[in-house]
Amino acid sequence: MPTKIEKDALTGTDTTGHEWDGLKELNTPLPKWWLYVMYATIAFSLVWVILYPAFPIRGATGVTGWIAREAVMQDVAAANERMAPMLNRIREATPQQIAADPDLRAFAMAGGRIAFANNCAGCHGAGGQGAQGGFPSLADDDWIWGGSYDAILQTIRHGIRAGESDEERTSMMPRFVADGVLTVPQVNDVAAYVASLGGSTDDAAAVERGKPLYADNCASCHGENAEGNRDVGAPRLNDRIWLHGGDRHAIARFIANPRMGVMPAWGGRLDPATMNMLAVYVHALGGGEN
Amino acid sequence: MNDVTARAKLSPAGGSPPPDQPLYANRQKVYPKAVSGPVRRAKWAVLVVCLALYYLLPWIRWDRGPGAPDQAVLVDMTHGRLYFFFFEIWPQEVYFLTGLLILGAIALFAATSLFGRVWCGFACPQTVWTDLFMWVERKIQGDRNERMRLDKAPWTAMKWRKKVLTHAAWLAIAMATGGAWIMYFNDAIELWPKFFTGQAGAGVYLFFWLFTGTTYLLAGWAREQVCTYMCPWPRFQAAMLDENSLVVSYRAWRGEPRGKAKAEGIGDCVDCMACVNVCPTGIDIRDGQQLECIGCGLCIDACDDIMGKLGRPKGLIAFETLKNIAASEGATRSMSPCAARTEAGMGVRHVPNFIRARTIIYAGVLAAVVAVMLGAWLLRQEVTLAVLRDRAPLYVRLADGGVRNAYTLKIANKTRDAGTLTLALESHAPLTLSIQEAPEAGPNRFTVNTRADGLTEWRALATLPPGARMRESTEITFRLLDARGRTVARTDSVFLAPHEEHRR
Ligand code: SF4
Ligand code: SF4
Repeated sequence: MPTKIEKDALTGTDTTGHEWDGLKELNTPLPKWWLYVMYATIAFSLVWVILYPAFPIRGATGVTGWIAREAVMQDVAAANERMAPMLNRIREATPQQIAADPDLRAFAMAGGRIAFANNCAGCHGAGGQGAQGGFPSLADDDWIWGGSYDAILQTIRHGIRAGESDEERTSMMPRFVADGVLTVPQVNDVAAYVASLGGSTDDAAAVERGKPLYADNCASCHGENAEGNRDVGAPRLNDRIWLHGGDRHAIARFIANPRMGVMPAWGGRLDPATMNMLAVYVHALGGGEN
Repeated sequence: MNDVTARAKLSPAGGSPPPDQPLYANRQKVYPKAVSGPVRRAKWAVLVVCLALYYLLPWIRWDRGPGAPDQAVLVDMTHGRLYFFFFEIWPQEVYFLTGLLILGAIALFAATSLFGRVWCGFACPQTVWTDLFMWVERKIQGDRNERMRLDKAPWTAMKWRKKVLTHAAWLAIAMATGGAWIMYFNDAIELWPKFFTGQAGAGVYLFFWLFTGTTYLLAGWAREQVCTYMCPWPRFQAAMLDENSLVVSYRAWRGEPRGKAKAEGIGDCVDCMACVNVCPTGIDIRDGQQLECIGCGLCIDACDDIMGKLGRPKGLIAFETLKNIAASEGATRSMSPCAARTEAGMGVRHVPNFIRARTIIYAGVLAAVVAVMLGAWLLRQEVTLAVLRDRAPLYVRLADGGVRNAYTLKIANKTRDAGTLTLALESHAPLTLSIQEAPEAGPNRFTVNTRADGLTEWRALATLPPGARMRESTEITFRLLDARGRTVARTDSVFLAPHEEHRR
């Protein structure tokens, strides 16, 4: 609805002739090169569409055949190549040697952190804090199968009760009630005694009754003083760390019907360099032993 | 109201269709004429200084000792270092750069509110390179009239020769510009052999051609179009100007009515178009303040030259405040053009008021930013200690009932010598510090190595023995001490223990 084209007094430019509620618009022409720049961008996008994948259709890869995934693979390959010298040294070294060399150690800690997040954190937690119910903390100073570099590496490589390797760590705690070794009251007494080792005593009589039962049934694996036995993966019981809960009832439940944890053998899944890095990393989480 | 009247109301009032107005305008090519005078000399001086700095800075050497680049100004992207003579910053100190940019912005605001678009007219790269390109153009194709004639002339061999020569020269300058740019990011002396044998990285060539291309296009072709249509600065610089800013102005009260020099009852402007002919953006300053005017002041030189020849006082166009223009205008409104009018108009001028609320605020902010940056610079630590507390787990219960926290310590050594320091833990709680791979140097003290111009990382464990008084959060301090026991760096952190109900 152009009404009247006027000349604006201030600028000397014509108006468009439109008027909206008293507002008039100046008709300042756009420089032509702007228009050409827009055409150039359109031409650019056309070229792009021809050269590169631009449509969400299978096979629409563009004439250059460029594929984002392949580019990533190339980047990964290049990164691997850059890392290869370090990884080779790490593969040849023992975890002790890695830890003693500042450069290797820094590399192994960084690589171990990532390998841990990818493979281990699902059960053991992002910082190795573990979880109640059978996922041991790797950050504390309590080890079921040992916390030296060699022990850690062995556990990682062969797993625990994984049924994948002859060298795996394996042991079995009897199901004391289910197998008819102890009666339920007896289990409660043993549990009271075991709980008292960790410092909580609320039923002195039960503790007294449980003591001989412990000596007869448990001490062979867990030790006379409940100090545990890493050769058979029998946890220490005279400390404050409990994998399945440390109160009397949780202990009783476990004695009656123990659950034996399983850890996969990583030997066939991870390459030796990665396992070395993991051993160094886990050792450094806080509980590493010599 | 029925339909018919409604439609009648909407139809064009005069019933005439809009005439064909062009939607797009051709660019009017500007042929600025050469000019000489004090402003032009000042512009040349600024140009030489700016370009010399830009092209030569990367070649200056600065000895930083072995293992470090000896280029005075270098941005090392690969290793994340920025070198500026005696100064070196790490990526985490990029706030120094931010501060510098803020400083630059405020200085720009302040300069604009005092002197108008001095940045645009004198120091902006767009202006500097355009000036250089125009100079080259003039040397090859001649001054304004010759260039206009040449553009209209048929394409003879001579025209070809001149045009090709001009563009070749522009390209050469553009390549030097692109070449200088990449030297700020690579060691100049090491780069050039690689550059010419095709062994430099793809990024180097990309940026070389990018800056070559943009220099050639913007300074050779786009020129005033950049200032008028592309640059955001002219859009909002008006917000910094006021009636006290010294801007390039035409003293219309003195010049008007314009006309032939010998005519009667005529002002001082002889309408010679000298000011228009020299203007790099092709405008007429006599139309008043305009967005297109970059404040280069060349029209002042052009006009002063004419006034000098006519024996009239200079300054018909001058750096003048709008306030003074208005005052002179008022004082001379009733006077007819004559020397007395000029005197009267100049008589009522005031010295520009440089100290006013706006400039005081800019100066204050400027001083504050300078103070903050100076403080940051003086307090900058050569060795820093960053403490990253483990969050998963927050704390670890130990077999004996003790509690342990783990920390990742990062020691950044920004000096060139890999010294050995002592790391100490301080706290009111009876905590024990242990670092697996560092030798112990006393109770809660460890000897840690640093890496020259690098980072070392340590995993520190702090343990609270069983039976000790437990608090959910205990303040602790990590301290780095040099051989004489002086604190080099300290960082506070906390030691966390279980909440009361979880302690058993
Ligand atoms: S308008 Fe923009 S590009 Fe032009 S001189 Fe000013 S700041 Fe530079
Ligand atoms: S009007 Fe004068 S000051 Fe403004 S751009 Fe043109 S020559 Fe420069």
